[in-house]
Amino acid sequence: MIGAIWTWLTSTSSWSGDDGIPHRLLQHAGYSALVLVVAAAIAVPLGVWIGHSGHGRSLVTVANSLRAVPTLGLLFALTLVLQPHLQGNTAFLLPCVIALVLLAVPPILSGAYAGVEAVDPAARDAAKGVGMRPREVLRHVELPCALPLLMSGLRSAALQVIATATIAAYVGLGGLGRYLVDGIATNDYPRTGGGAVLVALFALVADIVGALVQARVVSPGLTGKGRRLARVDHPTVPSGATAS
Amino acid sequence: MIRFDGVTKTYADGTTAVDDLSLTAPTGKITVLVGPSGCGKTTTLRMVNRMIEPTAGTILIDGQDTAAMEPAAMRRGMGYVIQHAGLFPHRTVLDNIGTVPRLLGWDRRRTRERSLDVLERVGLSPDLAGRYPAQLSGGQQQRVGVARALAADPPVMLMDEPFSAVDPVVREQLQDEFLRLQAELGKTILFVTHDIDEAIKLGDQVAVMRVGGHLAQMAPPARLLARPVDDFVADFVGRDRGYRALGFRPTPKLPLRAEPTLVVGESPSDMSGQWCLVVDDRRRPLGWVRPGDLRGPVTVADLNRGGTVAVQGGSLRATLDAALSSPSGRGVIVDPTGALVGTVLAPEVVALVEEDRVTQAEAGSSP
Ligand SMILES: Nc1ncnc2c1ncn2[C@@H]1O[C@H](COP(=O)(O)OP(=O)(O)OP(=O)(O)O)[C@@H](O)[C@H]1O
Ligand SMILES: [Mg+2]
Repeated sequence: MIGAIWTWLTSTSSWSGDDGIPHRLLQHAGYSALVLVVAAAIAVPLGVWIGHSGHGRSLVTVANSLRAVPTLGLLFALTLVLQPHLQGNTAFLLPCVIALVLLAVPPILSGAYAGVEAVDPAARDAAKGVGMRPREVLRHVELPCALPLLMSGLRSAALQVIATATIAAYVGLGGLGRYLVDGIATNDYPRTGGGAVLVALFALVADIVGALVQARVVSPGLTGKGRRLARVDHPTVPSGATAS
Repeated sequence: MIRFDGVTKTYADGTTAVDDLSLTAPTGKITVLVGPSGCGKTTTLRMVNRMIEPTAGTILIDGQDTAAMEPAAMRRGMGYVIQHAGLFPHRTVLDNIGTVPRLLGWDRRRTRERSLDVLERVGLSPDLAGRYPAQLSGGQQQRVGVARALAADPPVMLMDEPFSAVDPVVREQLQDEFLRLQAELGKTILFVTHDIDEAIKLGDQVAVMRVGGHLAQMAPPARLLARPVDDFVADFVGRDRGYRALGFRPTPKLPLRAEPTLVVGESPSDMSGQWCLVVDDRRRPLGWVRPGDLRGPVTVADLNRGGTVAVQGGSLRATLDAALSSPSGRGVIVDPTGALVGTVLAPEVVALVEEDRVTQAEAGSSP
């Protein structure tokens, strides 16, 4: 079985044409990116605002209960409702994007909200005390301090979206889900298995990239790195090191 | 000048933290708010920069009502040292210090230079510039907090227990540095502490508050020690206030006795004699030796360093302490360079104290 999957994965025919791995991967990445951008555009500002103002905490709870909705069922329902009003590819793409956005919003919203909420009140107070206006408090203190949790939310959303974007194939769209759907339909198990492996690999790579980005954007002062030095006294930190 | 005019703060839960407070913190002086925990010091301080809005009364800065000022702009013009440092965890020490200059629109270069300059002023090594707050000790964090407040060179400073997280020795150093800095900068400072010794040492004026947010007494430190208005203040300023009050009285000129001295390596001529003072090659006192205890020439290990040393013309307290702490009973008096001038006996200093008291009383200007 594993051998058969390996054969499928490495055969040249799997890597060429419209049904080839590069094309499907690109489609999959495209859907995932689109969904994440839309979800982040909605959930990050909303979550940050809820955390900053303390208003509308119930929205986070409501969003979290959305996680219980089965995405595939939602996709079929949306397609049925929306398809008559739309044309061409959009008729399938829009329901798909909506279903996946609803999947991605809860983790991002929770991350952004919890991140801002968890900012040390003393830091917030100090920001106000040195003369920052509310927007500056948000930009210079709350957002940077919220980044660890906010990034975690984004990464977990990315994992879920990449894994679940396979459903696009159920409504006739592309992406790596094609291998699963087509493989099952034609009893081509190496193809199904290969598709599953590719999805898992893609998710893994995306998460590693996410981790690298997180390590870059999050201040060392907020993570283990910046704290460990406190105990193991660091020789000389170059005084030129300014990170703002 | 910061003026409180009938200021009251009652929190939403009904706690009255500050009650009808009226006081003036003069320009260029240090005004200390002191009192037991929970007496409303922080609340008072935070009403100045409107981090807390008064329930009643007005606060004026140089005659301007703070209620009419835009809070953020006003706060940028006022250094604020927060009770527990309150540093930004995600910013390096240097960026923490540069916060207000950046808000004021200084460019990076100027901010950086200024921040490094202030970092050194508060006695921290430039090596710490790139560290994060979590990598600093509590005392270092507090100094960074002071540096951050100083960075934009504001004329007014609000300081909430800035030296509370350090041991007594370091605290003393920080206080001395602070007084030196203030002598240079001449800022209008409102300083909160619960330590009466710190208040007496630093304050040009001290406001003693009691729980409930009442001002019990406002006076220069010497007067506070000499004339506490009631039992609460008397209790609060402590027991040895008679002695501490001498810290504010200069020692008048007094006849000093010449003191025979030895240097390390010498042997006393009279081996049966009493305590001898040992000095270095520039006549700076090192300690006392008793010739009877010696087995040969004086070595550094033989020195008794128990005695304190008073500078000529310094406070009566320092002069008296030199006499009281000296193993020989002879208090060592030095000139400003630290070189020996002579010695003095405790009864002579006490006689001076008494004379000082009488002249003070006759002049009718008790401190
Ligand atoms: N936000 C608040 N809501 C209700 N009560 C408060 C609030 N802040 C302070 N208080 C109360 O007001 C009183 C004065 O508090 P404040 O912090 O001004 O005291 P403090 O003199 O600075 O004390 P400490 O020396 O412990 O710092 C206390 O009784 C405190 O419990
Ligand atoms: Mg306080």
